[in-house]
Amino acid sequence: MAHSTTLQPTAAPAAYADAPRTGTWDGGNEPFKASYGKLMMWFFLLSDTFTFGAFLTAYGLIRHKHGVYEGTAKAFHFSSAYWPTPEKVFNAFPGLHGMDLPLAFVALMTMILIFSSVTMVLAVEAGHRMDKADVQKWLLWTILFGTMFLSSQAWEWSHFIGGHEEGTRMADGTIMYGANLAANQYGPPLFADLFFFITGFHGTHVFSGVALLVWCFIATTNGTFEKRGHYEMIEKIGLYWHFVDLVWVFVFTFFYLV
Amino acid sequence: MSNHAEELALHPGEIAKPNTGWIWKTFWILVGITALEFAIAFSMTSPGLRTLRNSIFIIMTILKAFFIVGEFMHLKHEAKSLIWTILIPTALLVWLVVALVTEGSYVGEALSHMFSN
Repeated sequence: MAHSTTLQPTAAPAAYADAPRTGTWDGGNEPFKASYGKLMMWFFLLSDTFTFGAFLTAYGLIRHKHGVYEGTAKAFHFSSAYWPTPEKVFNAFPGLHGMDLPLAFVALMTMILIFSSVTMVLAVEAGHRMDKADVQKWLLWTILFGTMFLSSQAWEWSHFIGGHEEGTRMADGTIMYGANLAANQYGPPLFADLFFFITGFHGTHVFSGVALLVWCFIATTNGTFEKRGHYEMIEKIGLYWHFVDLVWVFVFTFFYLV
Repeated sequence: MSNHAEELALHPGEIAKPNTGWIWKTFWILVGITALEFAIAFSMTSPGLRTLRNSIFIIMTILKAFFIVGEFMHLKHEAKSLIWTILIPTALLVWLVVALVTEGSYVGEALSHMFSN
């Protein structure tokens, strides 16, 4: 056993046993120069990227498996023979019934989410300055925009499920209105399934984000972070919030634009 | 980290002035790219331009992702090792998406042949 002592890099004398060990192999250097909490949030977000990446992969494969509509935009009609053109499915706006406003509502939703991302960074920035009042103000704005986005998505879903007035004649001769998991008036059944799963998963993430932000607002108001000496919790939840915005950027492109 | 370096010079209890110029700059870039995407969605409608149009959309999406992750999530200013830890697995994921989208076209082709013959 005498030889094994050479394998112990920092065998500190007994007098220093309580002092933290700072050698390279004792965890003394920080290769990522980020706190434990922030690093773990990054790794969680990476794993969440895989979740949404799996959705995106399934969506890409299924969409390319189905036919593409080749005719002109004017002559377009819903059919389960090809993937629907998104401008024709998502063209309604609350309060403007019967008007053809392609992608207008989803544009509004995108703007709301970009705004919420900005107010979130402003809250993080205020946290760096230990400015409690500013943190509270920007957190409230972020919660407001997050809630607005969720309400918009609820409207979008109910309109998608309810369907367009004219409906679509299905292969069995009946007229189908709206969408469910088994069939829909817009196109192949998987079109609605992917819509529900992808936007639903994203919406659940937004909901969790709003819940975390509400908790953060309460903790800020109670002075929890001020006593702790830093607002790193806001930063970590901010990372999550921006990630949710990032996912929407991809959902927006691949579900609504392409 | 350079965005909040001045707080060290403050007296206790004093709150630094907000430094938000870079945040609003990033915001306007994101709004600009999104507006451009809408302009393209409504002006390039011919089916012959579909591939070009979709390529532009994908490039713009990656550009937006770069600004959100780089500036808002601060990754651009983190340690190199952390940047690569996040980017390399994501790059593999992009490869998976591209591979299976290509595979999807073949699946569709095979299925249409199965029923037409």
